[in-house]
Amino acid sequence: MAKKLMKGSEAIGEAAIQAGCRLFFGYPITPQNEIPEYMSHRLPQVGGTFVQAESEVAASNMLYGAAGSGARVFTSSSSPGISLMMEAISYMAGAELPAVIVNIMRAGPGLGGILPSQGDYFQATKGGGHGDYRLLVLAPWSVQEAADLVQDAFDLADFYRNPVMVLGDGLIGQMMEPVEFRTERVPCKPLPPKPWASTGWRGDRAKAIINSLFLDPEVLEQHNRNLKAKYDAMVRDEVRFATYGTERPYDVLVVAYGTVARVVSTAVDNLREEGVRVGLLRPITLFPFPYEAVRAAARRAKAVLVIELSCGQMAEDVQLAVAGSRPVHFHGRQGGMLVSPEETAEKVKEILKQTGKEARRG
Amino acid sequence: MAEALVFSRPAALESVITHYCPGCTHGIIHRLVAEVIDELGVRERTVGIAPVGCSVLAYNYFATDFHEASHGRAPAVATGIKRAHPELIVFTYQGDGDLASIGMAEIVHCANRGEKVTVVFVNNAIYGMTGGQMAPTTLPGQIATTCPLGRDVNLAGYPIRVAELISTLRTPAFVARTAVHTPLAAVQAKAILRRAFTYQKEGTCFSLVEVLSTCPTNWGMPPAEACQWLEEHMVPYYPLGVFKTPEGGDRAPRPLEGEEGPCRTT
Repeated sequence: MAKKLMKGSEAIGEAAIQAGCRLFFGYPITPQNEIPEYMSHRLPQVGGTFVQAESEVAASNMLYGAAGSGARVFTSSSSPGISLMMEAISYMAGAELPAVIVNIMRAGPGLGGILPSQGDYFQATKGGGHGDYRLLVLAPWSVQEAADLVQDAFDLADFYRNPVMVLGDGLIGQMMEPVEFRTERVPCKPLPPKPWASTGWRGDRAKAIINSLFLDPEVLEQHNRNLKAKYDAMVRDEVRFATYGTERPYDVLVVAYGTVARVVSTAVDNLREEGVRVGLLRPITLFPFPYEAVRAAARRAKAVLVIELSCGQMAEDVQLAVAGSRPVHFHGRQGGMLVSPEETAEKVKEILKQTGKEARRG
Repeated sequence: MAEALVFSRPAALESVITHYCPGCTHGIIHRLVAEVIDELGVRERTVGIAPVGCSVLAYNYFATDFHEASHGRAPAVATGIKRAHPELIVFTYQGDGDLASIGMAEIVHCANRGEKVTVVFVNNAIYGMTGGQMAPTTLPGQIATTCPLGRDVNLAGYPIRVAELISTLRTPAFVARTAVHTPLAAVQAKAILRRAFTYQKEGTCFSLVEVLSTCPTNWGMPPAEACQWLEEHMVPYYPLGVFKTPEGGDRAPRPLEGEEGPCRTT
């Protein structure tokens, strides 16, 4: 397929269709309305079904039903709507159902604003809903990567029988870039059959019961342990990250994800031209977080700088990874305000000055 | 002499021990639904959805594929299954706390979209599983653990009549209210359930059957007395009958006071 100039939201919708998804259940919320709008006109063209639900609560429970009956399913929303979906997401994690949820994050808390943010990192990566579970979380930095990751998300969801979240921000949803769809793609994971799906019981398999209720504590504990083993397998096999400018020596390692990393990459180019030694590490999977990669990359730097559109959420994971071996600085913008390359450069230089002073003192 | 089999367990019911309280009418309603599934020959393509509440374990009793939904969301879950597999017969089995309180949005919109699913709505006027709290269907003056002096309609409003409420929607549907507190009522209930599932089988419309049910445990009375109480107190407030058929159209509005005819907005 040739390259097309597309809005991120539409590319996300098209990627889902290319991945074989034929069902979308959603509810309007800014800034991701172009996804349901796109699905509402595209799905009927490919024999699919679009349902505008009465709420995000209902949309996500429709997902639970359709996923349980074996279909590839997808929904999208933005921060306040994702909070409402947490009920069904927890149930899907408990019942081990594959589904793809796209969160085009907006600034919060509460109703917040409609401009880009990364304030839902904790919610996405540390559980979010009730109970002891994890989502696999993918964070794209371009429209092309959003399309690629959405396709992979369906394979990962099916392979692990677990909901997968694609965590973007308002920028990813709204910006236009050239994108090419991998139409003849090979799934990124082997796709297991779904004998557990509720498609009608003819006696040729065990009765399908899509359920997250285990009243016997010993049975539930075993279920929790089985889930944990699955999350451990994700940690072992699914870590994804990218680096920028780290092939050359660097004094400051910047860690950022999503569109912020894109801004930082420009700052890295500009700083390198000025002779400032800086590199970028960009987690692509937020769960599993690339702890090892961050730890190793930090060891090659004098200091680490985390930049996020939040008050510092991924920063906690970076601190865990670095484990005190290097100073970890944080710079964040909130409320829908963005980080610029100039602002990033200023921060890096500030840290270098500080690190130099400390080195002289030491 | 040849023996004739005149009574047996429906194929759509599992041979397992029930967890329902003695005298509870859930067992009767399960059986009626199972008999209808058998008689329509759809067991192998039926998927049920259990609610949160006393019938949360319904998946253990029906010999069909099943989903367990979160509180009140069964109609949304049913929508997802039916849209993914229109050939399946999809039914929800929900109580009054589940459907008429926390799940009111889901049931109204499922009915309004005209999803071709069947809803079995068991109304026993109380929260059973959580221990007898007030439901949206608890009768005025009826005692519950969260209205120990009886339901005060000035504070809690009047009980919600679900069959009537759903039947006001314009979208074609089959909506009826039945009971199972006497053998005759149960026979009638089965005929209504059969109609409801048949409408789905034929792809006609959404169907909802409200079934008045007893809760001897939380009502605090013996089963026979509970059936009597249902007859004397519930049936007058929740009249039995068919409220809507897919052939029926709009309900004609009654004239405004002092007006000649229905209010028009042309």
